[in-house]
Amino acid sequence: MLEVKQVSLHYGAAIALRKVSIQAKQGEVTCILGRNGVGKTSMLRAITGAHPISGGEIVWNGENISRLPLYERARRGIAWVPQGRDVFPLLTVRENLETGFAVLPRGKRTFPDDMYDLFPILKTMQRRRGGDLSGGQQQQLAIARALVTRPKLLVLDEPTEGIQPSIIKDIGRVIDLLRSRGEMAIVLVEQYFDFARDLAQTIAVMDRGDIVLYGRREDLDEDDVRRRLSV
Amino acid sequence: MSSNQETLLYLDGVSVTFDGFRALNSLSLVLAQGELRAVIGPNRAGKPTMMDVITGKTRPDTGKVVFGKDTDLTKLDEPAIADLGIGRKFQKPTVFEPHTVWDNLLLALAGDRRPRFTLWARQTSEESDRIDAILKTIRLREHRDRRSGDLSHGQKQWLEIGMLLAQEPQLLLVDEPVAGMTDAETEQTAELLREINHTRSVVVVEHDMAFVRALGVKVTVLHEGSVLSEGSIDHVSNDPRVIEVYLGR
Repeated sequence: MLEVKQVSLHYGAAIALRKVSIQAKQGEVTCILGRNGVGKTSMLRAITGAHPISGGEIVWNGENISRLPLYERARRGIAWVPQGRDVFPLLTVRENLETGFAVLPRGKRTFPDDMYDLFPILKTMQRRRGGDLSGGQQQQLAIARALVTRPKLLVLDEPTEGIQPSIIKDIGRVIDLLRSRGEMAIVLVEQYFDFARDLAQTIAVMDRGDIVLYGRREDLDEDDVRRRLSV
Repeated sequence: MSSNQETLLYLDGVSVTFDGFRALNSLSLVLAQGELRAVIGPNRAGKPTMMDVITGKTRPDTGKVVFGKDTDLTKLDEPAIADLGIGRKFQKPTVFEPHTVWDNLLLALAGDRRPRFTLWARQTSEESDRIDAILKTIRLREHRDRRSGDLSHGQKQWLEIGMLLAQEPQLLLVDEPVAGMTDAETEQTAELLREINHTRSVVVVEHDMAFVRALGVKVTVLHEGSVLSEGSIDHVSNDPRVIEVYLGR
């Protein structure tokens, strides 16, 4: 289980997270919703270690990982699918996937057996350059690359942004399948409300660096959530 | 000044494409002389690109940007546009941290800044008066001798707004000024911009809805590079198209 406890995060003197707390449990999708600029990505940076926190702590399966660098957290099973995907444009699809090996011990550097079942398009495009893929294909590649690291916590930052509806559906199916296996906790940052609601067990809504609404999906009033997402 | 309906800035069918991505899509927008306008919009709405086009950082593929009576900004470069009186405040504070608040403002004052002049420059009493007036506006009178790197985040943002004011712009473009500010600083920033608006036109891009409400001015909602909705904050927040867009549909 991931526990974010009273975490603050600053960029220089500017505050981005104001003592936020959430939990993400194995076998569940925890969804972080909010308009742009409210701190969703900062929350993911805090969790993955991409930016140091200035207060509070982050506990992963009982261990305080607040001070661990990004790569140590990756070795402990935390994988990040960043916004904008960050696919290496000049590497092939296969090479992009192989970058996920970096966090695995030498003997275990294989692709997950079902990777190409989850994302058949990646098999047919193995030799294509990452940069030549469509946005939706790149998103699938970024998720697959994260899965290569055999994550126990998968963190996705707006995977539907700028992607065509048919691929959004595919991505939704994969996230739901990964959750249903019960092997990992999933934290999903989204602005696409319907997509997030259909996948989430727990929803956190952010505004101004704070969590303004938090609970099990069935306990939250959907209109209330909607209101806090629009302007 | 808002009763004065003369147009200060007119974007007419401006389009910008980057690598096939249409950042601005035939964007048209009219800003009246003396107006304070808030611009909001979800990701990829084109807000920074709009600022880039106005300030000459990006040239549009098509469309015109008319400033004042008949100056087409798309024909001018960045320094020329700044000289015309358009000042831009970027999101991150960029003050000279080792210098005092006072010296930052002194450096920013409009005037001759060529080396030969600057080397022998003396601070005049007129300059001191102007800096004093700016310090008052930006709520930093008590902090004039402090090293600006020691200011709070909000104060640094105000100082930079003050540095823009020192350039005597007609139009201020302010990008996400309250991101990272405390609640109190956010409120004061809304007040500050309203004060500045007594003498200058201002366009402010923000995500913070509490702040936009506090400004209480006309709001433009951008979406996919065009104006989706425009009007009072209550008008746009009840506009079903705006709600759809913010729910990501």
